Amino acid sequence: MSAGAALDRIHERFMALRAEGRAGLVTFVTAGDPDFETSSEILAGLPQAGADLIEIGMPFSDPMADGPAIQASSLRALGAGQNMAKTLDLVRRFRAVDATTPLVLMGYYNPIYRYGNLTFLDDAKSAGVDGLIIVDLPPEEDSELCLPARDAGLHFIRLATPTTDEARLAKVLTNSSGFIYYVSITGITGTRSARPGDVGERIAALRVATELPIAVGFGIKTPDQAAAIARIADAAVVGSALVERIGDGLDAERRPGANLVAETLSLVKQLAAGVRGARHSEAATG
Amino acid sequence: MSTANTFRSGPDEGGHFDLFGGRFVAETLMPLVLDLERAWNEARTDPGFAAELDHFLAHYAGRPSPLYFAERLTQELGGAKIYFKRDELNHTGSHKINNCLGQILLARRMGKKRIIAETGAGQHGVATATVCARFDLDCTIYMGEIDIERQQPNVFRMKLLGAKVVPVGSGSATLKDAMNEALRDWVASVETTYYLIGTAAGPHPYPAMVRDFQSVIGRETRDQLDAAEGRGPDTLVACIGGGSNAIGLFHTFLDEPEVEMFAVEAAGEGIETGRHAASITAGAPGVLHGNRTYLLQDDDGQITEAHSISAGLDYPGIGPEHAWLHDQGRVNYVSATDAEALAAFKLCSELEGIIPALEPAHALAHVIRHCPGLARDHLVVMNLCGRGDKDVFSVARHLGVEL
Repeated sequence: MSAGAALDRIHERFMALRAEGRAGLVTFVTAGDPDFETSSEILAGLPQAGADLIEIGMPFSDPMADGPAIQASSLRALGAGQNMAKTLDLVRRFRAVDATTPLVLMGYYNPIYRYGNLTFLDDAKSAGVDGLIIVDLPPEEDSELCLPARDAGLHFIRLATPTTDEARLAKVLTNSSGFIYYVSITGITGTRSARPGDVGERIAALRVATELPIAVGFGIKTPDQAAAIARIADAAVVGSALVERIGDGLDAERRPGANLVAETLSLVKQLAAGVRGARHSEAATG
Repeated sequence: MSTANTFRSGPDEGGHFDLFGGRFVAETLMPLVLDLERAWNEARTDPGFAAELDHFLAHYAGRPSPLYFAERLTQELGGAKIYFKRDELNHTGSHKINNCLGQILLARRMGKKRIIAETGAGQHGVATATVCARFDLDCTIYMGEIDIERQQPNVFRMKLLGAKVVPVGSGSATLKDAMNEALRDWVASVETTYYLIGTAAGPHPYPAMVRDFQSVIGRETRDQLDAAEGRGPDTLVACIGGGSNAIGLFHTFLDEPEVEMFAVEAAGEGIETGRHAASITAGAPGVLHGNRTYLLQDDDGQITEAHSISAGLDYPGIGPEHAWLHDQGRVNYVSATDAEALAAFKLCSELEGIIPALEPAHALAHVIRHCPGLARDHLVVMNLCGRGDKDVFSVARHLGVEL
């Protein structure tokens, strides 16, 4: 099994987006937030609401690169009994009804390491996962999981940041596949927002160095912000705003309210409308 | 695993002590971590840097700290001859100043204007705030809300020294969460900020750099014991949370097989209760805060809360070099409970007129267990790495005394 041979959902999806002349919407939600069943319902509704690619957060007790919104979502999921086995169950459920939307698992290394790297890669691949984003595995530690993941037919998607200079970028790109996730700010998730002008310059520099599609995330919260990014990148990633919406949908006893799923998917629809309404500028079509 | 032919050559270029250590950090931080490594490699081979550090260690921190023969404790226990390495007499009251002086001089060389740090007991926070005041650098200290509650004197001290103390309420609101929050700050302020880690853990080069700054403890011990006894130690004992005072005492002696070493973890209310901070005794290898090491965690790889009467030991991990020394069988990792530490705290105060911090009281608890059976010419050195002034309120509470 290799990522290219049989079925490469990430590649197919970005090719289709390019053919449509638009950028994609990447949505992030934490697996099991606020509980397993509600989370499964949200995931099932995401493609219809306009998500082109789905990132599923693997909850971790100590999410060091995340802001308060994703920290809280991680704790809600863990509090409701989420674990790695159940996260893979969520993926299987999703795949049973959706064979084409790309799924990427995102999170921190320790829960994977504890599960067992090779077992995890086998189980994730057979559940229907397409790629991994592991925040605390820089290229210096590629032998840990990146190279085995590539061997197992999973994309290893790397983050590039404003602190990634040219020399470093080559290293970041070396074993990257699927797409590049450009972190638009120096900071944690869900805090500040970047200026589209600054991001545009960085994307132009990235395009010189790689042919991989470029998704931009961190600090995108509104349909307008998503649209601004969609004009210059291949995809806009929204995470904190969605998990905040999930948190807002809890009732006084911290149980999911009747409108939680609908409200969350409604935000996805608005974001998707923003992204779909934004045409690519010349610089971005590459 | 093969046994190393030297225990003093690690880590490798990537910061690994075999399985342990490494650089498990977000991409935003990697260029900073690599910068720091370059700056440290330059500084450590620069005689000017060493001279500057030695000057401040002598005239500002008060080194060398005495090696003191604890005569009454020795008589009481009736076995080995017990020495205290008195790092509690350093300026700021603990060994933490050794590392803070080293790193602040490095931060200055790197042109950094703002310092951040995490603290548990507050000793590292006080030492950091101290050197920031001395070198006129902006200082922000992250501290868990629970630790703020039980270490009020140190919180006030940090504020007097001009530091901003930021309470951390996430997770267990103790040292690990303070470290998470410091890392979040660092990710957002990389251009201006230097992260002054207080223990021998974190991403490479921190574990090796902190060890090197703390190794002055072991080097002085060797010279002082040689002057007093004409020979080296038989046994070294130190408490261990992250492990900076322990590696500082041990490192110089690691390749001398006749020197036995004990690192004493916090067993809290008892290992069997699950309420403890004994990462090696009861943890498993995992990745947190930039390095692979022994961690307290559940079957799903979620980090579990540590518990100890001592805020400085209340951390679910341990420095990676210790994890390696444990696997190599070079150092014995044992533990002492809250109750044993309290008993040692009282005994030391009554017999020696020294109120120890609750952290080294754990080391003393092991000395009390271990020494009675040993020969009278057996030389034990225990690192008395901090003084207990900061702990008197919380000890009074545990003893049911109202102040």
